[in-house]
Amino acid sequence: MFAVAALALFVAMVLVLIRLYLGPTLYDRVLAVNSFGTHTVLFIGVLGFLTGRPDFLDIALLYALINFIGTVAILKFFRYRAIGDATWLPAEKGSDG
Amino acid sequence: MSMSALFIEILSWVLILSGSFFVVVGAVGIYRFPDFWARLHAASISDSAGVILLLLGMALQAGLTLITVKLLLIGIFLFITGPTSTHAVANAALVSGLRPKEAPGLTGAEPETQSS
Repeated sequence: MFAVAALALFVAMVLVLIRLYLGPTLYDRVLAVNSFGTHTVLFIGVLGFLTGRPDFLDIALLYALINFIGTVAILKFFRYRAIGDATWLPAEKGSDG
Repeated sequence: MSMSALFIEILSWVLILSGSFFVVVGAVGIYRFPDFWARLHAASISDSAGVILLLLGMALQAGLTLITVKLLLIGIFLFITGPTSTHAVANAALVSGLRPKEAPGLTGAEPETQSS
């Protein structure tokens, strides 16, 4: 039964990767990466059950944490052109801080 | 296998199957929808329904053990960060001037500072 779930997750990952390649705008790609991360979390969980190794779920939890931070970091970079402290940025283009 | 264990087994299979179904539905939506904003909606389908059903199905398989606690933690965390990251992506897209295809100019959605 977990094999069916693993196969479905694999198909979903391939579709999301196609969207990642095609995505016209940057935000399509960020969305695809975020969705791929969530699918990876589920895939690791399912694999943990398939191979009978419950410690995979720690990896899945860690991946969920990192995936969220990665998405927000990418967005912040493209919004402020810098990941670091944004307060020192000169107020160019009237973009609010 | 006693009756209740059999019932739990079947219930977890049903949950896992429907969860993987919603994951695929969400992914097909991400691939086929015409516009970023529509894809945003499709992505949240697999994020919410797919995740919850799959994690519940796995929790039933594992029974009341440490595994279920970990699955619950993953569920809680994805429950919190899913909408947050979707909001972050949508906000970034809106601020950068991306507009839904059908609506030429949404009233009230114009960002205060007209970025270039």
